[in-house]
Amino acid sequence: MGQWVSEIWHSREILYFLAWRDVKVRYKQAALGVAWAVLQPLFTMITFAFFFGKLAGIPSDGVPYPLFSYSALLLWTYFAVTLSQVGNSLVANSSLITKIYFPRVLLPAAAAFGGLLDLVVSSVFLIGMLLYYHVTPRWTMLLTPIFVGQTVLLVMGAGMLLAAMNVRYRDVKYTIPFLTQIGLFVTPIIYPVGFLPQRFQGWLALNPMTGVIQGFRACLFGAGSVDWEVLGCSWIVTLLLLLIGSWHFRSTERVFADLV
Amino acid sequence: MTESIVVESLSKRYELGALQHETQLRDQLVHFLRAPFRRRAPKETLWALRDVSFTVEEGEVLGIIGRNGAGKSTLLKILSKITYPTSGRVRARGRVAALLEVGAGFHEELTGRENIFLNGSIMGMKKKEVDAKLEAIVEFAGMQRFIDTPIKHYSSGMRSRLGFAVAAHLEPDVLIVDEVLAVGDAVFQKKCISAMHDMRGGGRTVLFVSHNMAAVENLCSRGMWIANGRIQLDGPVHEVIEAYMGSFASADSAFSELTAAEGRRGTGEIRFTRVEFLSTDRDLQTVTRCGKSLVIRLHYRASEPIERPAFALRLYTELGTLVTDTGTWLHGLDIPLVPVGDGYLDLEIDSLNLLPGRYYFSLKLDSCLETRVYDALEHAVHLDIEEAPIYGSSRRIDSRYGLVFFPQRWHLDGIGSGAAIDVSPAESLK
Repeated sequence: MGQWVSEIWHSREILYFLAWRDVKVRYKQAALGVAWAVLQPLFTMITFAFFFGKLAGIPSDGVPYPLFSYSALLLWTYFAVTLSQVGNSLVANSSLITKIYFPRVLLPAAAAFGGLLDLVVSSVFLIGMLLYYHVTPRWTMLLTPIFVGQTVLLVMGAGMLLAAMNVRYRDVKYTIPFLTQIGLFVTPIIYPVGFLPQRFQGWLALNPMTGVIQGFRACLFGAGSVDWEVLGCSWIVTLLLLLIGSWHFRSTERVFADLV
Repeated sequence: MTESIVVESLSKRYELGALQHETQLRDQLVHFLRAPFRRRAPKETLWALRDVSFTVEEGEVLGIIGRNGAGKSTLLKILSKITYPTSGRVRARGRVAALLEVGAGFHEELTGRENIFLNGSIMGMKKKEVDAKLEAIVEFAGMQRFIDTPIKHYSSGMRSRLGFAVAAHLEPDVLIVDEVLAVGDAVFQKKCISAMHDMRGGGRTVLFVSHNMAAVENLCSRGMWIANGRIQLDGPVHEVIEAYMGSFASADSAFSELTAAEGRRGTGEIRFTRVEFLSTDRDLQTVTRCGKSLVIRLHYRASEPIERPAFALRLYTELGTLVTDTGTWLHGLDIPLVPVGDGYLDLEIDSLNLLPGRYYFSLKLDSCLETRVYDALEHAVHLDIEEAPIYGSSRRIDSRYGLVFFPQRWHLDGIGSGAAIDVSPAESLK
């Protein structure tokens, strides 16, 4: 493991160039360019605010519903979009894998880091929304990067597992969008955790993104103060996924070039 | 000399089943549901490499040859760590760069310049190194004008030029090259070979796989022939190439039976029975390479005594152009009498100065005394002449360059100072 980490550290420039390539290629021929990073969560938020916030009247812990849903969508969009890119990163780069040697884990890692640019751009929009709704600045806002970091770890953990499985079973490719679609509803994005009946709330905590989004909102709005049990559970699942993901990746990466 | 690469009893097994079936989860589930407790049928396996061991010294240039599917590519992939051996191990000293495909990892949407950085970095160059060498790389590729154009607009030749240009500036300790010279135009091939020559001069170890025997012969000092996943022969490059080429031509291409030949003319008192191609030692020669010697043995059978016959042989190109006509009469040879029975005569050619290709022979047996043809066969026998480094260069010289070549030398003393001495291919381009 130590050797693995040191090899990755030595090839960090490759990681940078691969992530740079992904970002560059993504917006190369798109007229709106990086604006897409904002448009996607923005329109989802508008739709949600209309149907769920206005028509269905779903509560939002005292925070304006658009802000409530956008703050969650910010992280969720990164999670869902990037997870699918990380999961496909090996198969999509099969011509590289079969022709050049470099630490294979750089491919999922590059996809995970490449997605952060979008997150940064859509965060700028979030800051604008915070100002618009006159949210009182609080020191806990400085803690939000922790939750971004946890999302990256989560994407890497689940992503390495999925990417390695995808090399052998292409079914994974079709499973990821399906999973993230369900995830949108079993994560407190549209609704606060308290909206669910008590007996379901425990199950929701098993979803690591529940803790992430709850913690993220708590840091921003101080609303629905932090549930340490949910947060702890979320971190345990995240680290467990990271461990399983890297273990599975490590044990299968030798045959990638033969199977991909 | 220090060892650069040590390969110890390397084997690689592929499971054919795993490659063909059950790559969908569904298939495995179906399999499991149908027979949950039965053990799987053993998968069909293929040994791409079997117990391969060899050592390459530092600065050595090893040419690896063999037919498609012999295991060459698998060997290169293991040496470059792309795939792992089933058993055995490889030790390599220093930075290993593998060029299994020129420009692997190029992205269509990125410009030439961007791809240089991406490709260079994946191949193991630091960004600082690429920055420093960027100009040289662009110049080597000869595409200053298009360097900021996305490579989706490049021709395949331009792509490979750019790819090789990056690779040529990697400065690896061990360079592994697979068939890159097959692409690109003649001028660029020259450049690549010259770049590889420089590497040899610089004490780098080069492993070179190619089907261009002339290039292998000229670049490599040592050859290794791989067949069916094993090393068939390892030794001086000339010997290995001769043996390898010999394996192609089956023994029966070294002679032709003519007794049952159709479409022959003549009265038949004496007939050609067989033609053999021999070496000067009179062994059957299965491969004839341009510029080498050849003995053509004409067997005949006479059913009655023949007075003063003349044996003649004409050589044609594949397209039917007469290359040469030769015979005992033209040589002023007199054969007073051929007795009844079998016999033969040899035509010895010191240096077959024909360019590679397929040639045909017509044979004729007639009488010097009267206008009488005993036997005549048109295009009865063919001879394949294989390429060789004719002018001592690794340029591939084939039928595009004409029909024949002559022992010759170019003298450049008249050009002026400096340029005259040992013009290397790269220099001559500038």
